[in-house]
Amino acid sequence: MTTTPAADPAESPGWTGRLRRRLVGTLPPEKLMPDRQPAYVASWIYVFGVLTIAALIWVLVSGAWLALAGPQWWHTSAVGHFVNSLHLWGVELFFFCMVIHLWGKFFMAAWRGRRKLTWVIGAIAFLASIGTAFTGYLVQTNFDSQWISTQAKDGLNSVGVGAWFNVLNTGQMLLWHVLLLPLVLGVLTVWHVLLVRRRGVVPPFGAEGRESGQPVPVAGHGETER
Amino acid sequence: MLRAAAVINLNGPGAYLHWGVIQLSVANLVVIIVMIVVFGLALLLPFPGRRR
Repeated sequence: MTTTPAADPAESPGWTGRLRRRLVGTLPPEKLMPDRQPAYVASWIYVFGVLTIAALIWVLVSGAWLALAGPQWWHTSAVGHFVNSLHLWGVELFFFCMVIHLWGKFFMAAWRGRRKLTWVIGAIAFLASIGTAFTGYLVQTNFDSQWISTQAKDGLNSVGVGAWFNVLNTGQMLLWHVLLLPLVLGVLTVWHVLLVRRRGVVPPFGAEGRESGQPVPVAGHGETER
Repeated sequence: MLRAAAVINLNGPGAYLHWGVIQLSVANLVVIIVMIVVFGLALLLPFPGRRR
């Protein structure tokens, strides 16, 4: 079977062509991977979003290592203790940076300028992070996780979710922690970042009109801010 | 076995503060205070390379 290519590749028929045009129209390459940012981005308060993502990557890598090696390893070996600690402190840094990012964006009213969905997805990602961290406490396989699960079951049963979210079932909690919730959090994080790229970084109050035309070079390029 | 003395002794139950129904560990309070300080510094400290 042979197919006849369309005269203009940009107008090629088929769902792949339509999807490509829609994706490129929604998020052009210069927005997806920008090399210049508005001048107001040169502030420490704008750093905490990417610090949160860096901590999340650290948590995912150390978590994958723990999942592959297993509880026997992280409870008994020196390297296992170390990686376990990396995972814990990665989570501490993740929440530390995320909450400062949240404060900065809240007081900046970061939902301005058609950024409501970006704000909402970030808020849902925050809640998903709390759930992921909670199930992490439940799968430590130590007395701490026993204590937390027996305390939490009463609260969860009282709101009627204990039948399908059983905190005393370590296997179920392990799957929530290492598969379902990280997947949800990963999708939300990518969605959040793509929305930030599409709408741009929120300007401070009073700088709304300077979102373009006031670039600051990427660090290391040796250019000066205009 | 000799071990270096920890700056803070963690071998014991944590200290907790109580205000009515609110209960907060000293460790969490310290983290919250550090977060507020870092938030303030992020707003006030100049960003490297920025020229005015």
